[in-house]
Amino acid sequence: MIRVVDVHKSFGGQQVLKGVNLNFTTGKITTIVGTSGCGKTVLLKHLNALLLPDRGEVLVDDIDITKLRQKELYAMRGRFGVLFQGAALLDSMTIFDNVAFPLREKTRMGEPEMRKKVEERLDQVGLEGMGYKYPAELSGGMKKRAGLARALVMDPEIVLFDEPTTGLDPVLATGIHQLIARTQQAFGFTGVVVSHTIPQVFEISDYVAILADGVIEEAKPTKEFQASQNPVVQQFIKGEIEGPIRVL
Amino acid sequence: MLSLLTHIGRFTLRQLSEMGRMFLFLLAAIFLAFRPPAKIGLIIHHIKTIGVDSLSVVLLSGFFTGMVMGFQGYYSLRKFNAESWLGSAAALGLLRELGPVLSAFMVTGRTGSAMAAELGTMRATEQIDALYSMAINPIKYLVSPRIIAGLIAMPLLTAIFDVVGIYGAYLVGVGLLGVSSGSYFSGMESSVVFNDVYSGFMKSLSFGLIITWVCCYKGFHAPPMATGVSQATTESVVLSFVLILVWDYFLTSVML
Repeated sequence: MIRVVDVHKSFGGQQVLKGVNLNFTTGKITTIVGTSGCGKTVLLKHLNALLLPDRGEVLVDDIDITKLRQKELYAMRGRFGVLFQGAALLDSMTIFDNVAFPLREKTRMGEPEMRKKVEERLDQVGLEGMGYKYPAELSGGMKKRAGLARALVMDPEIVLFDEPTTGLDPVLATGIHQLIARTQQAFGFTGVVVSHTIPQVFEISDYVAILADGVIEEAKPTKEFQASQNPVVQQFIKGEIEGPIRVL
Repeated sequence: MLSLLTHIGRFTLRQLSEMGRMFLFLLAAIFLAFRPPAKIGLIIHHIKTIGVDSLSVVLLSGFFTGMVMGFQGYYSLRKFNAESWLGSAAALGLLRELGPVLSAFMVTGRTGSAMAAELGTMRATEQIDALYSMAINPIKYLVSPRIIAGLIAMPLLTAIFDVVGIYGAYLVGVGLLGVSSGSYFSGMESSVVFNDVYSGFMKSLSFGLIITWVCCYKGFHAPPMATGVSQATTESVVLSFVLILVWDYFLTSVML
């Protein structure tokens, strides 16, 4: 279980998170939605301490990761996999080497076993036979899939997805959503997805939370969230300009 | 008046804290360089990037610097009827001063700027965040091998610059201006002592550290946008040049 408790974060005087409280259920997918620039990625980066809060706690199995020493923090990060917005593949390496990278750096796995595991992950994301290519030779969707293969190669307990479908066409976006759902079922990880691709993202989410004006306005199981009468939720789902969310 | 003092105070504090961050960054990189596992493959890769890839520009600049020294040295020494000391003047100038400083400038322009741009781009495209998220220390992976490679490659490049420069001066002095070949090399042999070579070596070693440290720091902390990368690249080159010259002054005053 991951719990975010009263997290505040500012950048240069601009307060982005103003006391976020949110629980993430183990083995389920929780999606955080919200308008562009509302702080979803900032919140996501607090979950594996890529960013540290100015105030508040981030608890993973009741351990406050914001207070861990470097060695403990690195061990904790080993439990996470992250799919970044732009995939963040190391562009000096081939796709195979990118996926193999965490195994080479963090385990003593032998080359044949490692090769088998990397090829298995590439197959699972539909990139079989593409391992020899460099990130610059791949399309946006293929990069995301390669990023997902890398995020899953260490069999993480928790996977963070930062806007996994941004910049993709609707068909490809649905494909990535299905891939996330399929891999979650196969591996049973706790998924946290940051997205504003609605309603498609609801199909893969067990829980949905909306971040607005620096706080979690509503967090519910997906069906209840969609039926919520909260004006913020309704404005966001319907994409209306008029409402409590200040657009311009 | 008070406002001016406030501005000066703020500027000073900002610069001091930046210097502190830079120093801590260097300490972390050095500390992590000694922690296993050693990144031998990466170190060799960066020796190639810093050393082999800068070789052509170092050869060219060394050769022309030597030839200019041949002309200028001959012009100056002729006034004292001391043309036969051309070899000695060229060798001392190159070994003690021009070799380390100019080859450091070439490496900064050729490789240091590329290093800052590469790390800045990695920051902007979240590749550095990706390393953190994979529980891999990016300073150990990206910075420490570059610093070790800089310490190895820079003295080697300087030695090549010195040799090529000495032959450049020889070509002009002996080939074009008629200085005797024997006096060129015998003057050099009699006046160059171990301390001259040692001083040049120490300079090139410290310049290797300065270039990799400054360029890695600026790139690593570049603001994550296109202008941030270009700003980091410019700052890394300018700061490296300034630090090379300042440190050169201190080392020269100590090792003279």
